[in-house]
Amino acid sequence: MKISYYPGCTLKTRAKNLESSALASLKALGVEFEELPRWNCCGAVYSLADDDLIHLIAPVRDLIRVKERGHDTVLTLCSMCYNTLARANELMKSDEEKRYTINTFMDEEPDYAGEVRVLHFLDFIRDEFGFDKLKEKITNPLNGLKVAPYYGCTLLRPKEVAIDSPDRPKLFHQFLEALGASVIDFGSSTTCCGAYQVLNEPEATLTVSHRILMDAVNHGAEAMALTCPLCDYNLGRRQEAMKEKFDFGDFPIYYFTQLLAMALGLPVEESHFELNLDSSTELLKNKNIIKESA
Amino acid sequence: MAINISKSESDDQLRQKVMEISGQNFQKCYQCGTCSGSCPMAEHITVQPRRIMALLQLGNRKALSEANTPWVCASCHTCMVRCPRSIDITRLMEALRLVKLRQNIDHVHPNELKPEEIARLPQIAMVSGFRKMTS
Repeated sequence: MKISYYPGCTLKTRAKNLESSALASLKALGVEFEELPRWNCCGAVYSLADDDLIHLIAPVRDLIRVKERGHDTVLTLCSMCYNTLARANELMKSDEEKRYTINTFMDEEPDYAGEVRVLHFLDFIRDEFGFDKLKEKITNPLNGLKVAPYYGCTLLRPKEVAIDSPDRPKLFHQFLEALGASVIDFGSSTTCCGAYQVLNEPEATLTVSHRILMDAVNHGAEAMALTCPLCDYNLGRRQEAMKEKFDFGDFPIYYFTQLLAMALGLPVEESHFELNLDSSTELLKNKNIIKESA
Repeated sequence: MAINISKSESDDQLRQKVMEISGQNFQKCYQCGTCSGSCPMAEHITVQPRRIMALLQLGNRKALSEANTPWVCASCHTCMVRCPRSIDITRLMEALRLVKLRQNIDHVHPNELKPEEIARLPQIAMVSGFRKMTS
């Protein structure tokens, strides 16, 4: 398996804590990969109109770059990038007419017919690396950390690209269990946080995000792990606004790869916790997962 | 809210257009309401998705254009994965947005965003929001 890593628009800046911890972890696990040269933004959302092919050009171009590189797999960290690239790939595989139109339109590029596999970090760990092998690599288990896995939408819906059951997923649970955490199952783990509606309906988004967090708290979670920079904004950064409206805040939110990096015993700097809420670092110190002397 | 069912309220062109853009047949809907029961934005929308389906079947342009539903929809696909009639309601919401956006009527105006808001928002929020709500 030859892997191209696709970062996406937010991972070099706001979600540097997601990228840095993930790449350090992959290296620690001995996974070989290369960042895709000349990657472009995937468009973040997949076009849902039958007659709108122009918005498929961006994700398909990225997939062509992977194929050109001689790689068979593209690995994503952001769940929205995963969804957009995976759906564009499915369409190029299955829809002959649209594939023809897109390939003809991009006549300067080699033809593409869905030859590349699109994986998210989580299904890569489950299907390619293996949880058993992962468990062997854990040197700093997350003992006693009660963490709720938040899947969000785009890893699980629609079914064609779901990395696990859209109704009863367990992949993220298994991942956190492998890291030694106490996993808190809660009903809202697949409920939408409001996503890009934060732009248009910030109050509605705040309300639905707060409800998700409260559900996790009511089930005994002391932190939440997630995979998407937009979910991280709605459920993490916007706790500032929740303080005013709901008297709720300082609930630690982590990217799944930050917890992985900690469990692998990697230097704390790789996780860039300064981009998380302050409470996130405090909790890990309290649990002795971040060692004070380090 | 009463729905006036009459030939004069029914817009066949709109029905056709939404079917074409979405590739979805809303006539299959039998009004079970699973979509409304699943919608995370239910309390913030003026017309529930089940009712949107009925309005589409009737081709009621006025009621459809007054509903905020497609503009509050976050394309989370929950209604779609749960629909017993396998209707991709998410695509119907996209089609209703596009009917307006394709007349060059933006729903979000990037130039009205405050600089401090732009500084705060992650790129992914703006890229996806502008993709969904601008023409």
